[in-house]
Amino acid sequence: MIRQLAALGRSGLAFSARLGRANLLMLGMLAGVPAMLRRPRLLLEQLFSVGVLTVLIIAVSGVFVGMVLGLQGYYILSRFGAEATLGVMVAASLVRELGPVVTALLFAGRAGSALSAEIGLMKSTEQLSGLEMMAVNPQHRVLTPRLIAGILSMPLLAAMFSMLGVYGGWFVGVGLLGVDDGTYWAQMQSQIDWNEDILNGVIKSVVFGVVCTWIAIFQGYDCVPTSEGVSRATTRTVVHSSLAVLGLDFVLTALMFN
Amino acid sequence: MNHAAAPNDTLVRIRGLTFNRGSRVIFDGVDIDIPRGGVTAIMGPSGTGKTTLLKLIGGQLRPDAGTIEVDGLNVHELSTRELYELRMRMGMLFQTGALLTDLSVFDNVAYPLREHTRLNASMIRKLVLMKLEAVGLRGARRLMPGELSGGMARRVAMARAIALDPMMIMYDEPFTGQDPISMGVLVQLIRRLNDAAGVSSIVVSHDVQETLSIADLVYVISGGKVIESGAPDQLRSSEGASTRQFIGGLPDGPVPFHYPSAGLTADLFGDGA
Amino acid sequence: MSKTTQLELLVGAFMAAGFVALFFLAMQVSNLGTVNSGDSYPVIARFDNIGGLKVKAPVTLAGVEVGRVLDIYYDAEDFRAVAVLGIYSQYDNIPDDTFAKILTAGLLGEQYVGLDPGGSEDVLKADSEIAVTQSALVLEEVIGQFIYGRAQEGAN
Repeated sequence: MIRQLAALGRSGLAFSARLGRANLLMLGMLAGVPAMLRRPRLLLEQLFSVGVLTVLIIAVSGVFVGMVLGLQGYYILSRFGAEATLGVMVAASLVRELGPVVTALLFAGRAGSALSAEIGLMKSTEQLSGLEMMAVNPQHRVLTPRLIAGILSMPLLAAMFSMLGVYGGWFVGVGLLGVDDGTYWAQMQSQIDWNEDILNGVIKSVVFGVVCTWIAIFQGYDCVPTSEGVSRATTRTVVHSSLAVLGLDFVLTALMFN
Repeated sequence: MNHAAAPNDTLVRIRGLTFNRGSRVIFDGVDIDIPRGGVTAIMGPSGTGKTTLLKLIGGQLRPDAGTIEVDGLNVHELSTRELYELRMRMGMLFQTGALLTDLSVFDNVAYPLREHTRLNASMIRKLVLMKLEAVGLRGARRLMPGELSGGMARRVAMARAIALDPMMIMYDEPFTGQDPISMGVLVQLIRRLNDAAGVSSIVVSHDVQETLSIADLVYVISGGKVIESGAPDQLRSSEGASTRQFIGGLPDGPVPFHYPSAGLTADLFGDGA
Repeated sequence: MSKTTQLELLVGAFMAAGFVALFFLAMQVSNLGTVNSGDSYPVIARFDNIGGLKVKAPVTLAGVEVGRVLDIYYDAEDFRAVAVLGIYSQYDNIPDDTFAKILTAGLLGEQYVGLDPGGSEDVLKADSEIAVTQSALVLEEVIGQFIYGRAQEGAN
C-alpha cells in the first residue's frame, strides 16, 4: 500500500517535471523566432516536410469524410423531408468539428510522429550535442522552424480538408442523390456564419497546431536516446496528441458555442 | 584577476570536480591540468564518465562542485553568449561523428563556417576543401553521411571540428569500433593535426595501445578519481594495481571479473531470491 | 530546375492552396460572401410575441434580404418584445408606415422578419419605430383558436 502510494507520488513528480521541461522548451523555441526570421530558408524546408507532405492524406481523407457526411446526412434528413439543409449539415460539421479535429489527428500520425522520430534520432546520434558544441543553439536552429511550420500548416490543412469535404458532400448529395444544386449552396451560405463557425474552426486548428507540434517536438527532444526510446517517443506523440486534441476540442467547443 | 596570470601553459584547469548522476558518483574531487599544445589522454574503464568529463569541459553539463577553467575562463560562470564564443574555439569529435545526416560531407564541414563567419561562398569552398584535404577526404565531398564508413565519418567530423581553427579539440572515444587500418589513420591524424595546427588535444579513450602511442600526458580515471597520471612510459612501468590491470588488460584485479554478488554456493544452494 | 526552386514552388503552392481553401470557406460556404457587410441603420419594432426569432435572423422585403436582427430585448413597461432591426444603408427609402411581421421559412424553418412597405411619403430613419407589427404565429395558439372557432360554429 505504502509502496503503491510512493509509486503514485513518484510518477506525479515525474509528470510535473516533464511538464516543466515542456514549458521551458516552448520558451526556448519561442526565443529562437527572431533568429529564424533572418533565415527563412529553414522555415521553408520545414513547411515542406510538415505541410506539403501531409497534403495528400488530408485531401483524400477530406473528400471521403465529406462523402460519408453527404450520404449519412441525406438518409437522416430525408426522413424529415429536410434534404434541402444537407449543405448546412455537411458544412457545419466540417468547419466546426471534423475539419480541425480530423486534420489534427491525421497531422499527429503523419507529421507529428515523423518530427518526433527525426528529432529523437538527431539526439541519439549526438547531432544536437554536436550543434551545441559548434556554438549553435539546437533549440533555435532545429526546433523553432519545425514548431512554426507546424503552427502555420495546421489551419491551412484544416481549411483544405473542409473545402474538399464540402465538395465531397456535394458530389454525393447533389451528384448522386439528387439534392438541388442551388439549395445545397444557398442553404449553406445563409446558415454558416463566418465569425461563429469558420473563424472559430480556424482558431481551433491553430490551437491544435500548437499543441500537436509542441508534443511531437518535446517527445523527440526529451526521449531516451536509444532506438527503443525513439520508438516509444513516436508512439507517445501520436497517443498524447490525439488525446490532447479530443480533450481540447471539447473545452474549446464549450467555450465557443455555448 | 590574479589567477588569470597562472602559468600560461595550462589550457584546461580542473579543480575539485564533483559530479553525480542520480545517486551514482561519477567524479569525486578530480583535479586535472591539461597543458597547451600537447595531446592529453584521459583513460579509464568504460562507465567511468570520460564522455561526461568532455561535456563538463564543453559546458553542456554543470558540475555539482569544483571549477573548470578553459583558457582562464570559468566555464560555468560564463553567460550563454560567452559560453558560445568559447565553444567556437573548441572543437569536439563525438563518438559517432555526429554529422548532420541531411547535409552532404561538404555542407557539414562548411556548416560552422557559414554559421559563424561572414565569408563569401568561394572563400568557404576553399577553406572546406583544405580541411577535407587535411583528413584525406577531399574526393568524398559530395557523399552523404549515410554513405560513409565509420572511420570516414569520424574524419569528416574532424575536418568539421577544425573548420574554425579552434585552440583545442576534444576527441570522444575516437578509436572505438575501428578496423586496424582506420585506427592507424585516426591515430596519425590526431597527432598530425595537433602538431601542424598548433592546437591542444584531449583524447578520451579506453584503447590503451593507440592512446599511449600518441599521448604526451595521460590521466587514468577510475572510481571517480584520478588514480595515476604521467607520461605514457611512466604508466607502462607503473606499480599501481589498478593502472596495471587497465594498461595490461588483465581480467581480474581491483576491477573484479565478477559483478558483486553473494557467494556462488549460497546462490546455488541457498533458499535465495 | 534546381532543388531549391522546386522546394520553394511546392511550399508556395501549398500556402496558396491553403489560402484558397480559406477564401472558399469565406465566400462560398459562409455568409461572408452574401452578407452585406456595409453599414446599417437601426430601426425598432415592437412585437407582442416574437416566437422563435433570433438575433442575426434576416429581415426581408419582397423576399430580398435588406437587413438583419441586431438585438432582441424585453421592454418591462409595455410588456412587449423589442427587436432592433439593422437595415442596410443602401435601402434608405423604406416608407415609415411599413408593416413588420414575423414569418417562418418553410414548415419547420427558422423565423425571420418580413417587411410590407406602406404608402407614406416619409421614410424610415435611424432609430425610428415601425408602428404596425404582427407577432409570430405560435402553433398552439393557432390550433387553439381553430378549435375554439369550430366550437363556436357548432354552438350556433
